[in-house]
Amino acid sequence: MKQLMIGNAAVARGAYEAGVRVVASYPGTPSTEITEVMATFPAEDVYVEWAPNEKVAAEVAIGASIGGARAMTCCKHVGLNVMADPIFTASYTGVGGGLVIAVADDPGMHSSQNEQDSRHYAEAAKLLMLEPADSGECLSYTKAAYALSEQFDTPVLLRLSTRVSHSQSLIEVSDREEVALKDYEKNIPKYVMMPANARGRHVVVEDRIAALTAFAETTDLNTVTMTDKTVGGKKIGVITAGVSDMYAHEALGDSVSYCKLGMVYPLPVDLLRNFAAQCDEVYVIEELDPVIENHCKALGLNVHGKDVFTLIGEYTPAMIAKAVLGEEMPEHASIDAIPGRPPVMCAGCPHRGTFYVLKKLGLTVSGDIGCYTLGAVAPLASVDTTICMGASVSAALGMAKARGDDFAKKLVSVIGDSTFMHSGITGLIDIVYNKGINTVIILDNSITGMTGHQDNPTTGKTIRGEATRQVDLEALCHACGIDWVKVADPFDTKTFEAVVKEACALEAPAVVIAQRPCALLKTVKYTGHCEISDDCRKCGMCLKLGCPAISKREDGTIVIDENQCNGCGLCVGVCPFHAIKKIED
Amino acid sequence: MKTTTNIMIVGVGGQGTLLASRILGNALIREGYDVKVSEVHGMSQRGGSVVTYVKYGDKVWSPIIGEGEADIILAFEQLEAYRALPYLKKGGVVVTGTQCIDPMPVITGAAKYPENLCEKIAAQADLISADAIGMAREAGTIKAANVVLIGILARRTNIPYETWIEVLKTTVPPKFLDVNLKAFDMGWNHQ
Repeated sequence: MKQLMIGNAAVARGAYEAGVRVVASYPGTPSTEITEVMATFPAEDVYVEWAPNEKVAAEVAIGASIGGARAMTCCKHVGLNVMADPIFTASYTGVGGGLVIAVADDPGMHSSQNEQDSRHYAEAAKLLMLEPADSGECLSYTKAAYALSEQFDTPVLLRLSTRVSHSQSLIEVSDREEVALKDYEKNIPKYVMMPANARGRHVVVEDRIAALTAFAETTDLNTVTMTDKTVGGKKIGVITAGVSDMYAHEALGDSVSYCKLGMVYPLPVDLLRNFAAQCDEVYVIEELDPVIENHCKALGLNVHGKDVFTLIGEYTPAMIAKAVLGEEMPEHASIDAIPGRPPVMCAGCPHRGTFYVLKKLGLTVSGDIGCYTLGAVAPLASVDTTICMGASVSAALGMAKARGDDFAKKLVSVIGDSTFMHSGITGLIDIVYNKGINTVIILDNSITGMTGHQDNPTTGKTIRGEATRQVDLEALCHACGIDWVKVADPFDTKTFEAVVKEACALEAPAVVIAQRPCALLKTVKYTGHCEISDDCRKCGMCLKLGCPAISKREDGTIVIDENQCNGCGLCVGVCPFHAIKKIED
Repeated sequence: MKTTTNIMIVGVGGQGTLLASRILGNALIREGYDVKVSEVHGMSQRGGSVVTYVKYGDKVWSPIIGEGEADIILAFEQLEAYRALPYLKKGGVVVTGTQCIDPMPVITGAAKYPENLCEKIAAQADLISADAIGMAREAGTIKAANVVLIGILARRTNIPYETWIEVLKTTVPPKFLDVNLKAFDMGWNHQ
């Protein structure tokens, strides 16, 4: 029976059916559900883990592959940057058991800090890359990826995008095919990448790309559908890949010919030449960078691409209908300017207390990747910078070295527990080693929050919910050489403020562990709600918290929305007139 | 070509739009349609605007709905209903709960929550509005407000009543089933 499944779940299903035995990933929207769904399959079939970061995850998967198992690692586009080091060389070693690297791009940046196009990695690392267009293809391409990985002795990149990863379409599942563990054989020339061996392997890589290019000409992953129909007297052809193929079909129907590329690296040559030769006009429809377009132009083909389509954001069928057919967008209502609704920290979010204090102290805040990036949003507007995972710590050292100790004493880094495990530790060691006096605040909310509650090395649980040894943040910071480490509750704003002040004033590096669990965790049970009494003097102090439950009416009255408030009580302690009371239900 | 029925579900993160799209998707599969459901996860869910596209027909290609393409907008919040209005097809229907949730620019005083939103929507579309929270409270819990709205929407589709009930039985936990069936009926009978 057919069922609705998001692309990510279909990738997981495909890998499971292909006999995958080891999966290691770090969460990252829009890729996270692949690994979460993998962990719903029986533990005796597949080992699944959350690794501390993507580089570690990729290395676990590479090791499993060398060990003879079919293996997988999954990441978002920026996660591929983190795992670039191992995968560039895994391209040289090739695989033992099939190895698939699923990478989800985020055109439109729904949940990302940049809009990079992962296809460049396929070319740069010389890796075969497939790109499915819907959930059905997510399943079938993942299975094909394992077969091709072993046939051509190469890791395979599976490129997804937000709309493919998070759209549900109908698929049919089948049983798992058990693939036996390959015999492990020591093979120094293949797996020890020192110069003498790597030189030999580079030849293998170039031969493999040539063989894959030949394969691209005939594989049924690339399909051509010709029509005799014309548009304005011209035979139009479109070259598509991924979700843009779906958009093109909806916009253009059967009025044009299609060359759909399921294999986006390496790209075919004769296939594209023949297709273009049968059309009067050819459009390459690809979101983000002109990768296929540039390939076509290098072949001397006269194609339209970024001359009519944007480099920025997601495409839509209407955009394609306009560019190719000259069709106007459908008529629609217009609306007055209205306030936006940006994402906000949830009611009860522990980060709210932290940023309230940091803002009050007027500190410069070196930020990081997580829910707490929202500390940059008004009214808290506390965070100064956000670059990438871990940069809060190391970039703050750079700022301090550039501007001196006085500046450093008014500067803090904020980094979540999971992000600290990911790549904050190395920055902290840099601070110790190079005599920094920075203060680092670890926002320990007992979970990886933004990606939807994944466990990590600090939570004491594995991806399957089994108890495991918990990394002790305090002991870890001490071991790195931080003598001053204090744990404080960000909802006890007075104590928390005193602790942060003390840390910043030190002539030595310091770590504050802001400890309070995410309000959305099932184990967190706030009860009742808060109410504002007649003692309120409308000073607006509580509004500075940026709590979605507290707002000001036009007459200046401040009210708490009972439906939104979860009774966390942070506002009770912030009100200077004790006008906010906690009411138990 | 463009022969799908397009339903857009909009609201604020945490309002239960996800369950609504799951119920709708399951009902459509039971009726034998090709279905695609698309939503965005991650940062936008943290109290921000949330949008789900549900498309069905003999064959669905694109998972997204563009401006001027939605047959029905199902809104859980008034400002979000108005924000989505440009996506409505000419002659389309807007079903909205009358709940208002202040967005952060309103909370901070940087903007005002717009007035008379239902009138503004009704001026450009066929509007069905309902106090879904009040109706859900009457049914037994305000948490069933999303099912009240699904009930109102259900009446405007060509999926039979019995199918919806079957789907509710398989998607709602047994101990909440009665209150949700009641909430659905209140929506189904809302004019």
